[in-house]
Formats: sequence, structure tokens, C-alpha cells
Amino acid sequence: MPSKSKAPVFESWGRYPKLDVRLEPLFWTDEYPRGTRLPPSVLAVGMGRSYGDVCLLQDGTLLSTRGLDRLLHFEAGTGLLRCESGVTLDQILQFAVPRGWFLPVTPGTKYVSVGGAIANDVHGKNHHVAASFGNHVPRFELVRSDGARAICSVDENPEMYYATIGGMGLTGLIAWAEVQLRPIASRKVRYTAIKFSGIDDFLAISSSSRSECTMAWIDCISQGRAFARGIYMQGDYSEVVEPKKVSPKPRLSVPFDFPSWALNRTSMRIFNELYYRKQLRQQVTGLIDYEPFFYPLDSVLHWNRIYGKRGFLQFQCVIPWRYGRDGILAILETIAESGMASFLAVLKVMGEIPSVGLMSFPQPGITLALDIAIQPEVTFPLFERLAEMTRELGGRLYPAKDACMTGQQFRSFYPQWEQFAAYRDPAFTSAFWERVTADA
Amino acid sequence: MRRRRSQIDSLEERPIEARTERTGRSGRSKRAMPKTILVLGATSAIAQAWMRLLAPDGASFFLVARNAAHLDSVAKDLVTRGAAAVYVETSDLDETAAHTGLLERAVGALGTLDCALIAHGVLGDQAAGERDFAVAAGSLQTSFLSPVSLVTWLANYFGRQYHGSLVVISSVAGDRGRKSNYIYGSAKAGLNAFLGGVRNRLDREGVQVLTVRPGFVATPMTAHLPQGPLFATPDAVARDILHAIEHRRDVLYTPWFWRWIMALIRVIPEWKFKKMDL
Repeated sequence: MPSKSKAPVFESWGRYPKLDVRLEPLFWTDEYPRGTRLPPSVLAVGMGRSYGDVCLLQDGTLLSTRGLDRLLHFEAGTGLLRCESGVTLDQILQFAVPRGWFLPVTPGTKYVSVGGAIANDVHGKNHHVAASFGNHVPRFELVRSDGARAICSVDENPEMYYATIGGMGLTGLIAWAEVQLRPIASRKVRYTAIKFSGIDDFLAISSSSRSECTMAWIDCISQGRAFARGIYMQGDYSEVVEPKKVSPKPRLSVPFDFPSWALNRTSMRIFNELYYRKQLRQQVTGLIDYEPFFYPLDSVLHWNRIYGKRGFLQFQCVIPWRYGRDGILAILETIAESGMASFLAVLKVMGEIPSVGLMSFPQPGITLALDIAIQPEVTFPLFERLAEMTRELGGRLYPAKDACMTGQQFRSFYPQWEQFAAYRDPAFTSAFWERVTADA
Repeated sequence: MRRRRSQIDSLEERPIEARTERTGRSGRSKRAMPKTILVLGATSAIAQAWMRLLAPDGASFFLVARNAAHLDSVAKDLVTRGAAAVYVETSDLDETAAHTGLLERAVGALGTLDCALIAHGVLGDQAAGERDFAVAAGSLQTSFLSPVSLVTWLANYFGRQYHGSLVVISSVAGDRGRKSNYIYGSAKAGLNAFLGGVRNRLDREGVQVLTVRPGFVATPMTAHLPQGPLFATPDAVARDILHAIEHRRDVLYTPWFWRWIMALIRVIPEWKFKKMDL
């Protein structure tokens, strides 16, 4: 039996910042709070797929919810699923797809927990028609550090309901939640991929698209005529009824950290060039399985290791329509000029349906997301610049993806933060929250 | 007992529903999946993972554990996943006097019994047990006497109906006494010998007695230990157990490599072993 006792290391998906964390696994929803010996500060974490530090905590205890993985009830007629908060979207799909149901909203990975999806009020390719995850969570149970348990919904404890959705896990531990699934006829998605040559082209395709799911990959490394080119992808659930099997487990995994030089400007330029050119025709249509359509990166486990030990930063902003086109262009130009490159940048139009969360990230406009390897002398100044530009453009950054924004920026992105702070559980905090409120 | 690596890999890769679908077609040498199942220690992580594999097939369960709230959430999970019926009873299985009544109620509720899984147990406090016999005796009560009492009744039941699988979670710790956990280990060693005898007696009655010897499994029982690469998930262990039931195995090391690790550990001569730190 291993005798050396070493605290388990817990990293967020971007692997930055690296903090000394203590992890306490929960296996039952009644395990917290335990008796009287309360740790001073805690934070519930699920899969740790947030990129920065919203899921981290220095000098406190992370309550791991992975053991809270039970399905509690399913109404086959309506598709309403009640499950514990550590159940992952992957586990929901394994259960629901063969029964003809799908997630109402899904981010680009299925390896997130329901609790995390609520706490970050995640969005997906169907934001313009379905808003964010919290819009499909009618009810959940919240456990506070004083032991109080409250059912939260629009009718019961509504303030706590709105504060918890998008509340970054700071209002307490979500014990279980209800998720309203949507029906599907098959696993297939009818998709169309259209090449576009610049942001105006993107906006034109976007405004004519009637699809339920849309997003675009954008080349943010090439300059000149190829600047801001990309591929617009749209899809709709196939309506042809077909048997719906469970997905196989992914077989590919990145087994070790890539050295930091592996991803450089040249290798990424080649990647971007190939990615753009692999599609020869202007427009391609077809029927594909939902796995490669919604979760292309999930087919490679631990893909974050390609960024090496130092990790990477993710930048995601949403720029309101007023400055949308020019704002995104200015941001893309700033990134291109910095010499830093991202090999997967994503552009998407966000819809008008408001999120239910008090602190939810989405707002109408254009959202841009990309990740950039950490090279301390270049990356941090660039991110500071980008955050400032976002602020000037009236946009905001996404806390779930952030590791850099200043307190001042956060408070201007989310002026409702003080109202939110009143609902925070006094024992719950995160490295992110400490960072953006320290100087308030 | 003899399993090829590739066989296990493909088993683990296969998703739950696809798997049950396949076995539903009843392979040649394989037996049908158990339909009426008694689980003692039903809130244990391995038991939960194992039951989840069977629930989509519409199995019926009788669950026994100490904590009513935990039992309730496990029961809900199984019903949601497709279990035909789930009965629960809270009981402290250390109280062997209550076993007969409990087991009779289980058989009464389920009608018949295809399979019983005995999964309760505690790692126990080795250091405290070294100082205080009462602690050691408590550990032996839970990990040895309690399962012996349950197996005694169940062996007679299965022997009378000439059918059934009696599955008991033991541990690799029973293969050799080590200073770090010999109280727990000796209980499991005793249990292994006891089950060997019961198997020898019941095999001719058509009853399977499966001794499961897991290595390190990431469960609440081991949550305080640093998790190394040897740790298996409860789900992987559960799939191995189901496979071993289908193929009428006698002793299952899970994951597979523990058979070879323990074989090595058993052949170390005692004069050498006594000086080692294991």
C-alpha cells in the first residue's frame, strides 16, 4: 500500500495558475457540511474543465463532486431528468441518447459536470435559439455551509436560483438539479460547412443561416487576403428516425506533455492552412454523428497537454452588436500583430434570448474564443490588452475561461457583482473571486 | 480463470447498453444475466457500479445498507436506469443475529434469487487494531464473521435451488499478511479459505461461488490514500465482476494484473518478506 501521503494535484483545464489545492471527495449529497469542523473556505468542483481559476482555491478545500453521479429520476414522457450535480454531460448522453433525448445546450466538451454547467451557465452552438444551460434547469437543490438546504427555482427561492446559475459555484454546493432534455430522432446531425473569406462574409452567412446549431472556425494567424478567413459550420438534428446507440469511449489520448516549442507560429500556420484547405469545395453538406459535430476535441483525451507544462490561456469575449464587427476585427488584428497564434479560434453569433443567471456571461453580439500557449513575456501583456479592448468595446470576458482579468475589468464587465456578492455563501470562494474582488 | 488481455480490454471499451444488448442474445458458453439480485453493502462504490450495469436489463434488486438516505439515492439511480423493482432495507450487517430474517425477507420480496453480492466491509484502523484487540475484533466481525454468516444461509439457499451465483468481494490483501494491513488481510484470508470450501461443496449443486479480489479501487474506502497508477475505477472492477459471473469464474483478480502482482508477492520467501516494507 502506498504510504507516502501526498496531496492530490488538481489543475484546471488551462493548467494555469498552478495552486496548492486540497481535494476532498464527496460521495453523497448529505456529506457536506460535515459536523462542526468546517474548513474556512471551500469550493465545489466537478471535472475541472474551466480553463482558469474559477474552479481553483488556494488555502481551502475543493469539494470534488465526481462521486455525486446518480440519476435520481427521469420522466420518459417529458424528458425531464433529475440527477446529482457530479453527473457529467457524457453520462447524461449515455443514458439519454438511446432513449431518444439529448442535452438542451452543450458546450464544446461533454466532460463537464451538471453542477459546473450551471455554475458557469455554459452555452453552445445553439445559443441563438436556446440561450444557455441554466435556461433549461428548472430546479435544483442548494446546500449552504450552515447546513441549510434549499430547493431553488423560479418560484422557490428565486433570488438564490438566479444567483446560482452562472454564480461560479460561490452560492453553495449544488446537490442535485433537474435538466430539461430535448428529443432527437437519431444521433445524426445534418450539417453544412461553408468557407468564408473575412468577417463580412461571416456575418452575411450568419444572418442568412436558419440552423439550430452554428459556429465558425476562424484562422487568426494568416494575414493579408487570408485574414479572418474561416469555415462556418451549421447543423440541425436529423429528423430521420434511426436506432440510437451509446457512443464508444475515446481511444486517443495525449499521454505526455508536449515540449513548449512544439506549438509555435510555424506549426500553427501549417495547421491553420491545412484546416482551411482540407475542405476543397466552397460548401460541403452531409450527415454526421453528433460526436464529431459537437465534441471534435473530446475524441482526444487530455488534449490540453499539447500546450506543455506551462499551460495555456483561453480568451473568450462577447462584443455587443454596436461594435461587433469592428471590435472583433480589432481584436483579431491585435492578436495577429502580437505574433502569438491560436490554432483553434471560434466565432459565434450569440442570440437575443436572455440567460436566467444574474452573473451569466452571454449577451447579444459576437463571441470570439481562442486559446494561446503561455509564453509569459508575450501572452500576459497581450491578454491585458485584449481585456482592455473588450472593456472599451462594451463587451465582457467569460470567467470560466479567464485567468487574467483585473478586478477593475471584472467589475465593469459585471456591474451587478455587488448585488451577486450578497448571495455568496460566506464559506465559498475561489481563486478567481479572491482575485477580482481583492482590490474592490 | 484464464483470461486473455485483449478480451478484457474489449470488454472495458464496450459501453453499457451495447454490452447488455449483446449478452442478451445469450452467447454459447455464457449464462443469462442475473435478474433477481440481492446486494449486501449496496452503497459500496463497487456494488453501485455493478448494479448500474444490470439495471438497464430490467433486473430486480433487494438492497441492504446502513444509511437510509444513501440507500434511497442508490435505489433511485437504479430505478431511473431501468431496474424492474428495487427493495431496500437498512440494516447493520455486523449484527449477525438479524441475518436470517433479513435474507428471508429478501427472498420473499424478490420471489427467487439468481445472484447475491456481498460487498460490505471496512478497511479498519490497522494501527488502532495493533494496540487494542477490541478494534481488531470489530474489524474481523465486519470483514469475516458477518460475510460468513450471510454465506452460510445463502449457500444453503442456493444449494437447495441448484442454481445461483454467490459473489463475495474479498481483497488481494488476503493473499499475504503484511504489516500495513494484516488485520483486514487476515479477515479476507479467512474469508477466501471459507469461500474455497463452500465452492468445493456447492459446485456439484450447480452453484457458482465467486471470490472477487480487487486491488486498489478508487472508492470512499481508499479516498484518504494517495491515488497511484495502480488504482482502478469501480466501474472497471464492476465490469470484470459481471464478466466473471457470465463465464462462471471461481476467483477473480481485478484489474487482471493483480493476479501476477500477488503471485510474485506470494513466492517471496518469508525470511525475505519479513524484512520488506509493503
